[in-house]
Amino acid sequence: MVNLAARHVVGAHYGLRDWLVQRVTAVVMLLWTLVVLGALMWNGGFDHASWKALWAGEFFRLLSFLFVASVLWHAWVGVRNITMDYLKPVALRLTVQSAVVAVLVLYLGWTLRILWGAGA
Amino acid sequence: MRFRIYRYDPEKDAKPYLQDFDVALDPHDRMLLDALVRLKAVDDTVAFRRSCREGVCGSDAMNINGKNGLACVTNLKTLTEPVVLKPLPGLPVIRDLIVDMSQFFKQYHSIKPYLVNDTPPPEKERLQSPEEREELDGLYECILCACCSTACPSFWWNPDKFVGPAGLLQAYRFIADSRDLATNERLDNLEDPYRLFRCHSIMNCVDVCPKGLNPTLQIGRIKEVMLKRAV
Repeated sequence: MVNLAARHVVGAHYGLRDWLVQRVTAVVMLLWTLVVLGALMWNGGFDHASWKALWAGEFFRLLSFLFVASVLWHAWVGVRNITMDYLKPVALRLTVQSAVVAVLVLYLGWTLRILWGAGA
Repeated sequence: MRFRIYRYDPEKDAKPYLQDFDVALDPHDRMLLDALVRLKAVDDTVAFRRSCREGVCGSDAMNINGKNGLACVTNLKTLTEPVVLKPLPGLPVIRDLIVDMSQFFKQYHSIKPYLVNDTPPPEKERLQSPEEREELDGLYECILCACCSTACPSFWWNPDKFVGPAGLLQAYRFIADSRDLATNERLDNLEDPYRLFRCHSIMNCVDVCPKGLNPTLQIGRIKEVMLKRAV
């Protein structure tokens, strides 16, 4: 049995990227929210017609794709943090983390379908 | 004044319990530690650490009415009765209010809390400009009482992997020191999802620090230096 706690302490040389990604994606989410609110108010209100008009634009769909990708990446960092804090058995943690990644990737595919699939 | 104190003697007690004490105070008693010293005369089996009795040594850190602090600088007038005293949370209890600080100091030692500078030492001393010296304000004052680290959930969940606010504050104290040349090694040592990035900035550490320090701010500065190095 390898006892890591007894060995010399070194950093794992990662962690900064996840921390940074969480902050950058948060800014993207905030900007997208402001754009949506601004566009709806600019277009004359929160009714179905202006909502539909907003989603008809290709640029807004691309922007929304960026938004969802940010939500998913942000969620991954957050959920991973929770599993690191609360799920101690490595097998359980790895299983949950893998399942979360699988679900998030599925969500991304689903988003693509909603944004550009048939009926969009 | 009424006190409710956590009692546990692993050699006698199967489980910890809370015991009530009424302590007759002297008009000159000001701080919680004064009352604890009086309590010692009532029941000398109550165990707690104390030394300087003026907020410098950090020995009498304990959980006072749910919040970590030093008994010697906690004014009795600020406390509601019964005053509930428990050991610092998250560390193994040796007896009553005395905890085993090994894990805390292990993390402290892991950040190499000393100047690293291999250049030949000058005749007298390594000088700093007043500005360079000012960089260390808010860092060097830490007395290692462990109030902050034991108030931190991230330290509770991962005391073996997360350095904790006290250790990270000291890590930045040496990163910020103009005389220290090991900044890159220090950052390498901390760049880790556990060692540094378990801090989620909930600021419990800032809330409890009896010296009024701000570990969260200094942890943010470590991340800043790391970011500057990386991008």
